[in-house]
Amino acid sequence: MRLLVEPAKVGVLVFVAAILQVSIFSTLQILGGAPDVVLLTLVGIALLRGSIYGACAGFFAGLLIDTANLGTLGVTSLLLTIAGYWIGRYGETTGRDRAHAPFVSVAVATILVQFGALFLHYMLGDPVSARVVLLDALPAKVGLNLLLTLPVYALTRWVLGLGTAPEGATEVQLLG
Amino acid sequence: MAGSLVLLSVVLITIYFREPVGGGLHGVQSGGATVLRPFEVGAERVARPFRDAYGWFAGVLHAKSENGRLRKEVDAYSALATRNANAVQQNAQLKSLLKYVSAPQFPKNFDPVATDVISRPPAELAQQVGIAAGSSSGIRINDPVVNADGLVGKVTQVASHGAEVTLLTDPDLMATAVDLRTQATGLVGNGQGRGTLILDRVSKSDDVKAGDLIVTQGWHYKKLSSIFPAGIPVGVVTSASVNDTDLYWQVQVSPRVHFGSSLQSVLVLVPKSRPH
Repeated sequence: MRLLVEPAKVGVLVFVAAILQVSIFSTLQILGGAPDVVLLTLVGIALLRGSIYGACAGFFAGLLIDTANLGTLGVTSLLLTIAGYWIGRYGETTGRDRAHAPFVSVAVATILVQFGALFLHYMLGDPVSARVVLLDALPAKVGLNLLLTLPVYALTRWVLGLGTAPEGATEVQLLG
Repeated sequence: MAGSLVLLSVVLITIYFREPVGGGLHGVQSGGATVLRPFEVGAERVARPFRDAYGWFAGVLHAKSENGRLRKEVDAYSALATRNANAVQQNAQLKSLLKYVSAPQFPKNFDPVATDVISRPPAELAQQVGIAAGSSSGIRINDPVVNADGLVGKVTQVASHGAEVTLLTDPDLMATAVDLRTQATGLVGNGQGRGTLILDRVSKSDDVKAGDLIVTQGWHYKKLSSIFPAGIPVGVVTSASVNDTDLYWQVQVSPRVHFGSSLQSVLVLVPKSRPH
């Protein structure tokens, strides 16, 4: 049952985040940048559920965003799949049980995704201004994402924990 | 697993990039956008009261400083409106005397489709917005898009119940425009600063100065015509300069349309008769 419930919860989280992003959060231009709740949700999912969930959630989120925006299909999927996998690996290794892991992941992922998006758009011949993307929008985006990290991470952890029994030792086995 | 998803993304990009606009993947995306549309509209409606409240508070802060300036403008425009009304009447009389054949005019020759803006990609990466009306409302690619303030852009992709509008701030979009005071013509498009426009290709022999109103020109040549009808307000000249090395005026234009989050609804101008 858990095998089905977990992906369903992740799917619903990603779907809601993508819809909110394209219809609400993208319009909130504050100091030149807009928060990215899809990336924040992805950070939560990847840190709490690992790299495979992170990559799959990133791919699904990217497809939804590109479909809703009628953008080049696959661009956002590629960026978020790599971001989700990297954050998941970080959570499974050095970031395990570190309180600052969500903040580090959000800051680094925001910067790398923005650089990656700029590079991909250049490769596809889209007219993009590096100054606007990196100087005007990026600092504000990083700041806004860091401000929203804690509430979105807490919400993601709560949703992923719904209907799941708390983990704990049910039996003590003496070794040696 | 992650490697396969990355590969799949690259394959999707390649196919989407290479296929024509009516290709299979575009069709699937169009269908997907139609399915997602009710969710976007729902989220947008839930958020609208909060956005309006934010806009109200922000507006109140600026209202006092704007009040004095607007009162002066109202006085100036009242006098101008009287003169214009006389000129319009005289113009109509002269046209009927000359049996003058006009090009398509805005808004007379168009059926406007009013629709919500329902999605936006990150503004720093793309200058497109998604709207809630599509081909089922008669909208086609290249239809001009306006709002109460002026020219917004044009339709660049159409699904059955949604469409993509490329804003005038996109570097790939330009419109022929004219200085209403001097009739100096040029191409208006994306400027250097964020959300600013430039009026390019204005000959040095013409006259342009700060404060001039720029509107679309709407040219017509044999079977070809501009996709933007004449007379749609674009913006106001904020600076105009020339130097010895340049061939043209350097004209900065402040757009009348606010392309930010306040752009919540638009009118798509669907021509009453389309050229075949």
